[in-house]
Amino acid sequence: MRRRIRETPNALGALGGLVWVVVTIVPIYYLVLTSLRRQQDYYIENPLLPPADPTLDAYRLVLENDFVRYLSNSLIVTVASVAVILTVSLMASYYLVRAGTPLSRGTLRLVLLGLAIPVQATIIPVYYLIVRLGLYDSLVALILPAIAFAIPISVLIIVNFVRDIPAELFESMRADGAGHGRILLALVLPLSRPALLTVGIYQALQVWNGFLFPLILTQSSSVRVLPLSLWTYQGQFAVNVPAVLAAVTLSALPVLAAFVVGRRQLVSGLTAGFGK
Amino acid sequence: MLHRREAEPAQPRPARQGPPFWLAVPALAFFGLFALLPLGGVAVLSFMEWDGLGTPRWAGAEIWLDTLADPATRAALWRTVVFVVVSFLFQAPVALLLGVFTAGRQRYRAAFAVLYFLPLLFSSAAIGIVFRSLLDPNFGLSRAFSPGTLSTNWLGDPDLALYAVIFVVGWAFVPFHALLYQAGVRQIPASLYEAATLDGAGRWQQFRYVTLPQLRYTIVTSSTLMLVGSLTYFDLVFVLTGGGPGDATRILPLDMYLTGFRSYQMGPASVIAVLLVAIGLALSLFLSRVSGSGRMQSQQAGAA
Repeated sequence: MRRRIRETPNALGALGGLVWVVVTIVPIYYLVLTSLRRQQDYYIENPLLPPADPTLDAYRLVLENDFVRYLSNSLIVTVASVAVILTVSLMASYYLVRAGTPLSRGTLRLVLLGLAIPVQATIIPVYYLIVRLGLYDSLVALILPAIAFAIPISVLIIVNFVRDIPAELFESMRADGAGHGRILLALVLPLSRPALLTVGIYQALQVWNGFLFPLILTQSSSVRVLPLSLWTYQGQFAVNVPAVLAAVTLSALPVLAAFVVGRRQLVSGLTAGFGK
Repeated sequence: MLHRREAEPAQPRPARQGPPFWLAVPALAFFGLFALLPLGGVAVLSFMEWDGLGTPRWAGAEIWLDTLADPATRAALWRTVVFVVVSFLFQAPVALLLGVFTAGRQRYRAAFAVLYFLPLLFSSAAIGIVFRSLLDPNFGLSRAFSPGTLSTNWLGDPDLALYAVIFVVGWAFVPFHALLYQAGVRQIPASLYEAATLDGAGRWQQFRYVTLPQLRYTIVTSSTLMLVGSLTYFDLVFVLTGGGPGDATRILPLDMYLTGFRSYQMGPASVIAVLLVAIGLALSLFLSRVSGSGRMQSQQAGAA
């Protein structure tokens, strides 16, 4: 591959690549630039030129309007969901890989069938269920379905990983008299850390960006999560476009931070099991 | 595992047996209650009359007949077909080319790859809001250039809105698929390219006879995710246009939401949901069939 590239540079490829860079960058450039504009300048200045009088007013307005609360709601929902997803999926995966009974094989098949369920198609019964359980308009209402729909893909990825743990390791631990809890904590957990990291990142992004469940299962601003808050800011600030875009910019900062810290892990988490 | 069980028949000490079933119970409980049960529930609700507040009442097959006969449903179905097909025709080639492009080890390509990744930092709601503002005919991109050049009302024109939405959805999802293709290309053994070079194959021939056949599994995975994903896609379209102008971008998932949660007709909305599940499953099955035969063809092409 190296040699092929050295022969002649691919000018057409580079040009095409550059075109997509422009397509990608312009909206983001516009986003950041506009968020730094004064509200009145937004109507006058060229949207693609830097503001004559840059200001952080828009950001101040957003922060004064409960942005931190929405951010912490999103954090609570994401952390709680991912913690439960990882715990129950790991426990289930240990059983599904090591039990080797007809029951465990049937269970695995049932769970993997769940990969084919489109979340969007179930919103009406989920709404009904949440209302009946008295959980409507609470953070728990967002966490429960998020966990449920995460289980098939999480179990798939973790099962594939646990399967690669050599059987002798399980056998020698059992010979030493270790119980299943101990095997799970001292053997399965440490050896499946890469899979847990992948699943954790993938599901954290899914939950963090989720819009549909918050839209139908919550109402009050006290339980509003970030993606939904962007939509309501748009109604609230209406003509103050710089403020709306400041909120959008702020909402991307946590993921940007994760991207800077662990780009490789984020990329592998994003593509989850699909890359293979 | 099997011979082990035979070697130790019916050991009374639990620690010696395989892990107990209860380890799977929490996962199954969540999955069963909030994923499987709603899937069955939506089928039941599609035969009921419910306004979202009171108690659902049995109404029978009438709801199905009415909803399927409704021209609005048929229009939404056709719009969804256009949305899915055009989205695929836009996203698949761009993602494939970008994946191949960023798989190269040149410095500038690595730098480009970082920029390509940026849309993935944003939620669908965020992307929708940015593009709504950017595509505004009065204050958006249109004003950046001399008057009139770009002052089309992309999201407000019923003839253009669906295609504008398709472009924005592509902007949001191409990076993900490009990552899949990049990973796929990097797994192709370099020796194949060396052999092709020795045979005098040019860049296009290498792409056609080495890269494409080697990427067949990635193509199947990415295409399935793309097609089934855009069939049920909701978030970005909802924030961008809310289904408008008129019904111009009211694809099936939006039609379902608006029918259920805005018009409070949960019965017809459930019918649409069942349609979505059925079409999605049929599409997945069809794709795995087609890719089964396509796989053999591309192998032959690769060997020829």
